[in-house]
Amino acid sequence: MGDWMTVTDPGLSSESKNISQYTSETKMSPSSLYLQKVLCSSIPLSKNVHSFFSAFCTEENIEQSISYLDQELTTFGFPSLYEESKGKETKRELNIVAVLNCMNELLIRQRKNLLAQENVETQNLKLGSDMDHLQSCYAKLKEQLETSRREMIGLQERDRQLQCKNRNLHQLLKNEKDEVQKLQNIIASRATQYNHDMKRKEREYNKLKERLHQLVMNKKDKRIAMEVLNYVGRADGKRGSWRTDKSEARNEDEMYKILLNDYEYRQKQILMENAELKKVLQQMKKEMISLLSPQKQKPIEKADDSTGTGISDVEEDPGELSRESIWDLSCETVREQLTNSIRKQWRILKSHVEKLDNQVSKVHLEGFNDEDVISRQDHEEETEKLELEIQQCKEMIKTQQQLLQQQLATTCDDDTTSLLQDCYLLEEKERLKEEWSLFKEQKKNFEKERRSFTEAAIRLGLERKAFEEERASWLKQQFLNMTTFDHQNSENVRLFSAFSGSSDRDNLTVHSRPRQKPYRVSNGSPICTSKLTKSLPASPSTSDFCQTRSCVSEHSSISVLNMTPEETRPNQVGGECANQKWSVASRPASQDGCCSECSWTSTNSHVEKDGLP
Amino acid sequence: MYKRGLVQVWSLEQPEWHCRIDEGSAGLVASCWSPDGRHILNTTEFHLRITVWSLCTKSVSYIKYPKACQQGISFSRDGRYLALAERRDCKDYVSIFVCSDWQLLRHFDTDTQDLAGIEWAPNGCVLAVWDTCLEYKVLLYSLDGRQLAAYCAYEWSLGVKSVAWSPSSQFLAVGSYDGKVRILNHVTWKMLTEFAHPAAISDPRVVVYKEAEKSPRGALGRPACPSFRAAESKYEIAAVPVSLQTLKPAADRANPKIGVGLLAFSPDSYFLATRNDNVPNAVWVWDMQKLRLFVVLEQLGPVRSFQWDPQRPRLAICSGGSKVYLWSPAGCVSVQVPGEGDFQVLSLCWHVTGASLALLSKDHFCLCFLETEDEADGAIGQLGAHT
Repeated sequence: MGDWMTVTDPGLSSESKNISQYTSETKMSPSSLYLQKVLCSSIPLSKNVHSFFSAFCTEENIEQSISYLDQELTTFGFPSLYEESKGKETKRELNIVAVLNCMNELLIRQRKNLLAQENVETQNLKLGSDMDHLQSCYAKLKEQLETSRREMIGLQERDRQLQCKNRNLHQLLKNEKDEVQKLQNIIASRATQYNHDMKRKEREYNKLKERLHQLVMNKKDKRIAMEVLNYVGRADGKRGSWRTDKSEARNEDEMYKILLNDYEYRQKQILMENAELKKVLQQMKKEMISLLSPQKQKPIEKADDSTGTGISDVEEDPGELSRESIWDLSCETVREQLTNSIRKQWRILKSHVEKLDNQVSKVHLEGFNDEDVISRQDHEEETEKLELEIQQCKEMIKTQQQLLQQQLATTCDDDTTSLLQDCYLLEEKERLKEEWSLFKEQKKNFEKERRSFTEAAIRLGLERKAFEEERASWLKQQFLNMTTFDHQNSENVRLFSAFSGSSDRDNLTVHSRPRQKPYRVSNGSPICTSKLTKSLPASPSTSDFCQTRSCVSEHSSISVLNMTPEETRPNQVGGECANQKWSVASRPASQDGCCSECSWTSTNSHVEKDGLP
Repeated sequence: MYKRGLVQVWSLEQPEWHCRIDEGSAGLVASCWSPDGRHILNTTEFHLRITVWSLCTKSVSYIKYPKACQQGISFSRDGRYLALAERRDCKDYVSIFVCSDWQLLRHFDTDTQDLAGIEWAPNGCVLAVWDTCLEYKVLLYSLDGRQLAAYCAYEWSLGVKSVAWSPSSQFLAVGSYDGKVRILNHVTWKMLTEFAHPAAISDPRVVVYKEAEKSPRGALGRPACPSFRAAESKYEIAAVPVSLQTLKPAADRANPKIGVGLLAFSPDSYFLATRNDNVPNAVWVWDMQKLRLFVVLEQLGPVRSFQWDPQRPRLAICSGGSKVYLWSPAGCVSVQVPGEGDFQVLSLCWHVTGASLALLSKDHFCLCFLETEDEADGAIGQLGAHT
């Protein structure tokens, strides 16, 4: 198809130039057309979309375009767009399925390509940025290198200068030293020269002096004299001569004596000092040992321990006392021993102190690292808590104080004051009131009981009386029945009547009382005796009477307990008046009561009472 | 009377007694008493000889070849021995004489170039000998002439200027031209410490007393005290740091005013008083127990001399003015010498008991009595004798 459709689309006018460039073939196929279109596809599609898409295939060149497409696709490996042709000459029908498949495939490929393109683009960007970054780093490093090089050069320069200076100074020093040496040499030479001169001059001078001396001595000037008023002269008028020969030895002796004295004195002083210093050293040693010995028990370090124990063994030798005396001597070995031992102890002490310092520093470090943080937090929390507590307490105290002040200060309302006065003690007061009421109730109850008891006692007394009277009448009757038989018991009768008359109440009381141990026998019995004594001579007695009497005696032996104080009192009083005792336990009740009665009545028997307090 | 060669002696107890010694043509250069007070030693001119005159027996003895040096004669404190420096044939010798009969005890040579001075230690057993100022050398000899030790601090500089023993004989203080005092100990004869005399004092523990004039001016503007009488002065305590007046010595003249020229120990050996000639107005008092500077006293004029009270640590200073200054650890006081005219105190001398002080001027002397309340009283007398 050689038709070459020049596209007169305005959007593609720029493309036309390109197209014209690319055309080299006379025969232009839609493929070339398409190629050119593809090549120019970089131009934004949005404008040319429709024109672009419609530029390739128009209604006129459908067949051509199909065949072209088919050609292209088959070259790319796609299946043919045409249907299976049966013959060569028949027109090939378009295989829609193949077309769709190819389209799909093309779309898929298009997508893949786009993805790949994107990836490539991103990678490109990344690489570009990396490259930029590396370039900037490189630039920086280059700068740094430059600066460090410059610094190094500067330092080298300074170093060189300093070395120069140093050399100069050394040189100067050497020069100075040389100068000093030179000057010293000069001085020395001058000194020798001077000395030489001096000696020469001195010799001259001495010579002159000698001459002068001779002259002076020879002259014997008379004027050289001494006048002394009243001097102690010699016997012969001559001047005394100097005694120069004899006393030489004596002088030597004296001189040596003086020297020796001085040396001895000094030696004494030094010995004293030595002794003091030794004492001090020994004290130090002892104290050091005592300081170190409690530490030796803990094995801090074996080496030190071994040396320490070694030393302690040496020091604690049994011959301690003898050692003490040896220390006093000042011989070489002893001195060395002392100093060595002191030194050892000191070394041990020093190492110990150093160890302690290390430990302390370690503890400090560790403490600060791990524990102190936590403990500090705890500490802070606790302090906060405590502070809160303190605050609260303070507030409470303040409120209390305020209340107290209000309490003390207010004197305005009497009512309120009266109300408030006892407000603190209200509770207690109420409690007390309750208790008081209880107590009063109890008191009342007791009173009631007492009254009832007294009434009962009165009643009982009355009943007893009645009973006694009844008994008496009954006994009378009995007696009357019996009196026809004998008159022997006239005494008994008397006794009986006396007894019946007097001690009714007592018997009744005795009866009525419950049987109990003979505890307070005195209560009942003395009264009985008193009554009996009163009425003794009058009452006769019968066997029954004796029995009753024995019963009575038994009964009377029974103590009277639980009597109300009002009743016991007169009995006691009566007993005391009677002043008689009654041995109850020892008196058995006997049926043969007559004799006993007789003896009982006749004799104011001194009854003893048992159990009386 | 040196010019006439005459020595006149008077007795203090017997005013009638007097003695006159005439040396005649031999001349007289120096004269001194012997420690027993019965002999007079006259040094003839040119140091030809020393004549020992006995006042009791009128006998005479001659000692040849005495050395002409700063301190060639030294009597031991107990008065037994006399050490004399001699020089024969350009060599130095020391002769020790027994003072009781003037017998020669020992005669030995010293290892010095040019012996400048000798001094006995107060215990009388050691003799300190020092060399000329051109060489720093201090030699110590025992009584029997053996050399005990030699000490040399440095070379090639001016050496020893003054030497003083401590009264307990424990220390030997050597003052030298470099402005330092070196203390040697008597056991090892090695240096214990050295005291420097810088012009600027910065140690805050040192007390610096400065003499200041109290010049009360009257209301009319004229001075209250008459002009012929010097103004009163008092001491003020100056705050440390203090810089003292220094003197630049003339380097080309002999006897330059540098170095420690005066040294004196207090009688209990607790203090050492020094004067550095560079700083002529100041007296430095050193504490010998702690071996450090204790007090500095700066006077208005140059210090001429000072002397310790023989009984207690009390220092009397005179500076050529009409005042005498007393210092003790309790404090210091400046005392005006009473009298008409200007009494220039040139030197002073304590009495042995420490109760009085003799102040000497050119041709007057004043006796100063110190009462227990430390009040100074004065009595002026004419100078009768040269001694």
